[in-house]
Amino acid sequence: MAVKILAETLLSIEHITKSFGDNTVLDDLSLAVHKGEVIVVVGPSGCGKSTLLRCINALEPIQAGEIRLDGEIIEPNSKNITELRQKVGMVFQSYDLFPHLSVLDNILLAPCKVQKRAKAEVTAEAMTLLERVGLKDKAKSFPRELSGGQKQRVAIVRALCMHPEMLLFDEVTAALDPEMVREVLDVILQLAAQGRTMLIVTHEMQFARAIADRVIFLDGGKILEDAPPEEFFTNPKTDRARQFLHIFEFEAVKHHEPQEL
Amino acid sequence: MPDLGLNVLLQGKNMARLLGGLWVALRISLIAVVISIPLGILLGILMAGKNPVIKAILRVYLEFIRIMPQMVLLFLGFFGTTRAFGWDLSAEFAAIIVFTLWGTAEMSDLVRGAIISIPKHQYESSQALGLSKRQTYLYVILPQATRRLIPLSINLITRMIKTTSLVLMIGVVEVLKVAQQIIEANRMVSPNAAFGIYLTVFVLYFLACWPISLLARHLEKKWR
Ligand SMILES: Nc1ncnc2c1ncn2[C@@H]1O[C@H](COP(=O)(O)OP(=O)(O)OP(=O)(O)O)[C@@H](O)[C@H]1O
Ligand SMILES: [Mg+2]
Repeated sequence: MAVKILAETLLSIEHITKSFGDNTVLDDLSLAVHKGEVIVVVGPSGCGKSTLLRCINALEPIQAGEIRLDGEIIEPNSKNITELRQKVGMVFQSYDLFPHLSVLDNILLAPCKVQKRAKAEVTAEAMTLLERVGLKDKAKSFPRELSGGQKQRVAIVRALCMHPEMLLFDEVTAALDPEMVREVLDVILQLAAQGRTMLIVTHEMQFARAIADRVIFLDGGKILEDAPPEEFFTNPKTDRARQFLHIFEFEAVKHHEPQEL
Repeated sequence: MPDLGLNVLLQGKNMARLLGGLWVALRISLIAVVISIPLGILLGILMAGKNPVIKAILRVYLEFIRIMPQMVLLFLGFFGTTRAFGWDLSAEFAAIIVFTLWGTAEMSDLVRGAIISIPKHQYESSQALGLSKRQTYLYVILPQATRRLIPLSINLITRMIKTTSLVLMIGVVEVLKVAQQIIEANRMVSPNAAFGIYLTVFVLYFLACWPISLLARHLEKKWR
């Protein structure tokens, strides 16, 4: 832990405000992400978690403040935005593979066309990574032939092959059947073990607790809590966070009811 | 077996004349197709774009062409303009212009539909991978749009070929007109020829359009 606190800041978000019309979604929000850090973002539905990640990848313009990656400002209109985006890998909730390309071609597209790397080299890397996530034999398959969990693992590999400095995950398991959640979370846990910098939005509280260096609780467009997972989950400081966590506890109790009766 | 007058086809150059007529029809539609497909792609991309003025103009153009029966368009394009402007337009040339205007309008609507049917997250995941706008269109959007488009545009081509049978109304001697001439000329010797000759025209159209339809169906299956 001590090492991570000393590590340099990779991403700094300073006083950003993001609104859609009259609806202010992110309100004067600041956050620093250090190299190697795993931050989990939680909060009620509609609190702006996805919007935060989309702003970091300049998929949404912000109205005030600034976002810097490695000291360089990220904004949708800046000239080197495609270079900055290469440093940030993103995986969405919806399966976003390209349906007309095979698994391997999905992975090769950006490294070959954007980074102009040699196809053979990227292919070798892609196959290694596919093997690591248990999908080596699916390289020639098309997305429609994969299960949801397999698609998400391919999407993760696709992001990794760009050698990003940071990964953003937006509820990557939310659309999955329960039995497929684990296989995807395991891949993300591996990445954490490798020391990758990640910003993860998830509703899987057990997973958040296991993987996070810091948990951020977002509500009303602001960061209400920013604490190590043990502290956040056992002793949240704000009522809002307590209420939020209560929802999950209630679900847990309900879940065990049949056994107790 | 009733006398279908098929023997009339074998007399003189009748079969060759019919084939010549078919060629006239095909030539009109093929030239119109070759021009209207690239034009339609261009207009379709503009229609799927953001400029409201261009979109409105193209919308009016499309609706105008859609609402008008093709026959009216042909009359307007040939009799209407030759009278009004006093130019000397051949009927075939007028037909090509009308079919091009029509084909372009229909094609642009197909292209627009194919482009807007690509979900937003396809654009976003391309951008998130660092693809530029141009690369996003080139490698992600257009290949997917093309797959949806090709079967539809092939069907448009067959519709255009079939609709050329209307051009006889402005005096183009195409296959149907030749058929009428042959029937007319043989009215006394072979009064039943009408059925046989029209049947032959049917078979000719079928032979021209069927392979194209098959190709469309094949591509549709392959790319689903
Ligand atoms: N493109 C948009 N246009 C207008 N409003 C939007 C848009 N995207 C998001 N919003 C609004 O911004 C707010 C935050 O949305 P966001 O998707 O970031 O929430 P979230 O925290 O990710 O929620 P969830 O947990 O349900 O995914 C919501 O009120 C939403 O209605
Ligand atoms: Mg969300």
